[in-house]
Amino acid sequence: MNTTFDVAVIGAGIVGSAIARKLAGYELSVALLDARNDVGDGTSKANTAILHTGFDAKPGTLESRLVGEGYHLLSEYAELTGIPVEHTGALLVAWTAEELDALPGLRRKAEQNGYGKTEIVGPEEVYRHLPHLGEGALGGLTVPDESIICTWTTNLALATDAVGRGVTLLLNRAVTSVEDLGDRTVLRASGGDVSARWVVNAAGLGADVVDRLFGHDRFTVTPRRGELLVYDKLARPMVNKIILPVPSSRGKGVLISPTVYGNVLLGPTAEDLVDRTDTGTSEKGLEFLLGKGEKLMPDLLREEVTATYAGLRAASDHPDYLIEADAGRRYVLVGGIRSTGLTAGIAIAEHVAGLVRDAGLALVPRENLPEPPRMPNLGEAFTRPYQDAARIAADPAYGKVVCFCERVTAGEVRDTFRSPIPPATLEGLRRRTRAMNGRCQGFFCGAEVKKLLESRGESTCEQRHAPLEAGR
Amino acid sequence: MTSGDITTLTPAVVIIGAGPSGLSAARELAPRINGDVLVLDRESTAGGIPRHSDHPGYGIRDMWRFMSGPAYARRLVRQAEAAGAKILTNATVTNWAGDRTIEATTPQGRVRVEARAVILATGARERPRPARLIPGDRAHGVYTTGHLQNLVHLQHGKVGKRAVVVGAELVSWSAALTLREAGCRTVLMTTEYPRPDSYSLFSIPGRILFRTRVATRTRVTRVIGRPELRAVEIEDLDTGARRVVECDTLVLTGDWIPDHELVRAAGIAMDPGTNGPLVDNALRTDRPGVFAVGNLLHPVDTADIAAIDGAHVARSVLAWLRGRSAPAEQVRLIADAPFRWVAPEIFRPKDRAPARHRLLLWSDRYIPFPRIVLRQEGRVVARKRLWWPAAPGRVFRVPTSVLAAVRPDAGPVHIGVET
Ligand SMILES: Cc1cc2nc3c(=O)[nH]c(=O)nc-3n(C[C@H](O)[C@H](O)[C@H](O)COP(=O)(O)OP(=O)(O)OC[C@H]3O[C@@H](n4cnc5c(N)ncnc54)[C@H](O)[C@@H]3O)c2cc1C
Ligand SMILES: Cc1cc2nc3c(=O)[nH]c(=O)nc-3n(C[C@H](O)[C@H](O)[C@H](O)COP(=O)(O)OP(=O)(O)OC[C@H]3O[C@@H](n4cnc5c(N)ncnc54)[C@H](O)[C@@H]3O)c2cc1C
Repeated sequence: MNTTFDVAVIGAGIVGSAIARKLAGYELSVALLDARNDVGDGTSKANTAILHTGFDAKPGTLESRLVGEGYHLLSEYAELTGIPVEHTGALLVAWTAEELDALPGLRRKAEQNGYGKTEIVGPEEVYRHLPHLGEGALGGLTVPDESIICTWTTNLALATDAVGRGVTLLLNRAVTSVEDLGDRTVLRASGGDVSARWVVNAAGLGADVVDRLFGHDRFTVTPRRGELLVYDKLARPMVNKIILPVPSSRGKGVLISPTVYGNVLLGPTAEDLVDRTDTGTSEKGLEFLLGKGEKLMPDLLREEVTATYAGLRAASDHPDYLIEADAGRRYVLVGGIRSTGLTAGIAIAEHVAGLVRDAGLALVPRENLPEPPRMPNLGEAFTRPYQDAARIAADPAYGKVVCFCERVTAGEVRDTFRSPIPPATLEGLRRRTRAMNGRCQGFFCGAEVKKLLESRGESTCEQRHAPLEAGR
Repeated sequence: MTSGDITTLTPAVVIIGAGPSGLSAARELAPRINGDVLVLDRESTAGGIPRHSDHPGYGIRDMWRFMSGPAYARRLVRQAEAAGAKILTNATVTNWAGDRTIEATTPQGRVRVEARAVILATGARERPRPARLIPGDRAHGVYTTGHLQNLVHLQHGKVGKRAVVVGAELVSWSAALTLREAGCRTVLMTTEYPRPDSYSLFSIPGRILFRTRVATRTRVTRVIGRPELRAVEIEDLDTGARRVVECDTLVLTGDWIPDHELVRAAGIAMDPGTNGPLVDNALRTDRPGVFAVGNLLHPVDTADIAAIDGAHVARSVLAWLRGRSAPAEQVRLIADAPFRWVAPEIFRPKDRAPARHRLLLWSDRYIPFPRIVLRQEGRVVARKRLWWPAAPGRVFRVPTSVLAAVRPDAGPVHIGVET
């Protein structure tokens, strides 16, 4: 590629996509690179999808500030683009005297983090909210604004918005080395080199490796695996809130949360690995979760498991987000975005824009920025195409259900292939539509969905259907 | 009537699911009632599971023939249509809008169906990998039989070359047949039971025909391979020893769960054993005018039995439409170990006998000539030796004559075996 971009962002996860989008709002040419064949195929696709208020962050840290800001920025952005969000609220539950004693401290901490709406409640109140909770809860702390969100749509909206603003998206580009040419950097990448004046490293699990390519040795990423169980939608009425444990030194602990798709999550585990690509599940992990679940909510375990998955947090030896600009090298590291990056992504992007401005990159706001995209709705709290009589009447493809469990229509599948960032694989299609994510996992629809992937969504929609005989 | 963009249909009976049970019910009902019998199915072709189960073995007890799944499905569709039933495909029933009113999504629009009777015939599916909690890599090449047969028979897709099949019951051999047709060798079948669960009539020639080993008392403990499946880890349940078996295809068969979403959405009483709705001899659920048939009730029996349910329920629906209600006296039947479930679960002594005069049970243990015992309030009310085995992986049939001595005014009837 001959052009030199003003900025190249490495990593098209939530953080990198948010940064590319933000910078493309200025008079800058921006490239967004990722090693994978799709955006959002790293940690951003497999998390617990909670939009955190940041009530339990470590006060005074950059993470605390950016999570707090990110909560509001992403809530607004979700509203604008149609990312499904449900403001369910959370209830942090104490099971031991020690945990009960910790609640006032957590409340004070929340206030230090700028969040003043928590309240300590007794066991009756806990069971009033969560009648299916296991026995033995002693009390709790309410966090009324903790919310659930669709992480897939968030990533895709940010990346689509970035592309809409003129960002050049370069997939299948794994950066393997860099060359400093004085006024620009050449990123040597598998699918072709990319040249840019500034480089932002938002490479998630690979951020320390990329950082070393720039001559630094500041931190090491440890992939911390989190395994999760997804329960059947039939369990959803039992869980109307996010159920949090009292955090310990070992992490946030195992939670139960509703999802915007109408399921219930149980997880995550926390286990340090060496392999940065091992998103498999383990016997130990699943057993541990079942053990926890049996105590937290035995009724939940009587329901069917729809899916299991694992995500890798980019944990690091640094106690906070590690976001630093190197003006001389025209390079920004966005590292150590561990377990809050979904929430904080847009705020991180704002912060990075400030850093590069301070480091000398002129940020001239662009006029006539295109509107942000309106994303297809994957959330149960909003009307989905299969429910939308007017939409089906206008286009029968929205009445042709192809994935029965998740009620995904042929029209939605087709639309993804006509979108600015079409799916490259079955997994990509699943993240964009929910197809095959349901309880049958393909028993009924697997073959049909595969065919649609191969035909890029164009097969079954064209069939003719005789009108219904009404009024009989 | 069209209100907004919703079309309202008002058949006398709506049947949800056009598999063997739903289509048979439609065939029996359509000529006998005033008004329409409407069958809705979410698939683009009616026929249910047999559509893609492309091997002989269908129609034995209901049509007295031995035919392939697809031929059987086509025949059921023809019969139902010839009888005057209307079949609407591509119609996914999504929710209830009243006691006997449902809503569906179709390419022709959203539809509301207000009927006087509803028959639920939504069938059963096999538990997929996540529901079985098999850990390991997220590998491609892991299927259920339904997925596999859809892929091979309906979409003419490809699978791998070396398969491990989990299960050794009837459906597992059906999967092995499909694999063979797709050019994939079944190198191993695993079962947690001490012996293959299918009829030896099938499994002995099957073993020779497929050159397949059946590893009894084993289970798959890990999936290996990213992104393509490379192997599975198998554990010997008795010794705990584990070994790795190379394969590029894994088929998870059996382990059935009814498609009961609409049942639960209605708040209809469920049986924890079958995971389907509780029904009585006449196949009534506890919601008046709502009936259930087929594998939704007994996961999972052969298609002919599902079809016979359909014929059986037709008479019950006719009686309901004529305003007749169920005889009040009833006792609950409860399956004791080694039985996992019994269907129907509610016995009304004054009512018509259950379909084929049989109770259906599911056993977790192989018993060659079981002696069945019925107890009520701790007292033995009936004993019967049966000359056919109870075996895991297939339905065990008990003549309803054993119920003759049941006391309608006493507590639940426990059905077990005497050893
Ligand atoms: C189990 C779990 C639960 C979580 N729960 C929550 C939650 O509830 N709420 C919340 O806010 N956050 C949560 N998180 C954290 C959140 O998911 C992450 O912080 C966020 O997704 C990080 O986004 P990212 O863009 O930094 O990283 P990623 O999404 O991993 O993106 C990094 C990208 O960089 C690419 N890349 C890496 N190296 C290179 C290279 N050399 N060349 C080119 N491309 C490269 C990768 O392919 C990848 O796509 C959770 C995380 C986990 C694992
Ligand atoms: C691999 C395999 C091999 C088999 N081999 C044999 C054999 O050799 N011989 C034999 O006799 N039996 C065999 N069987 C069993 C046989 O297929 C079943 O017993 C039979 O299909 C059950 O009929 P059914 O009507 O209860 O359900 P199904 O055939 O499962 O039909 C249910 C129908 O309901 C529809 N449906 C479900 N939910 C909805 C909804 N919400 N809206 C609209 N429609 C809905 C489905 O699309 C489906 O068409 C086999 C089964 C399998 C899986």
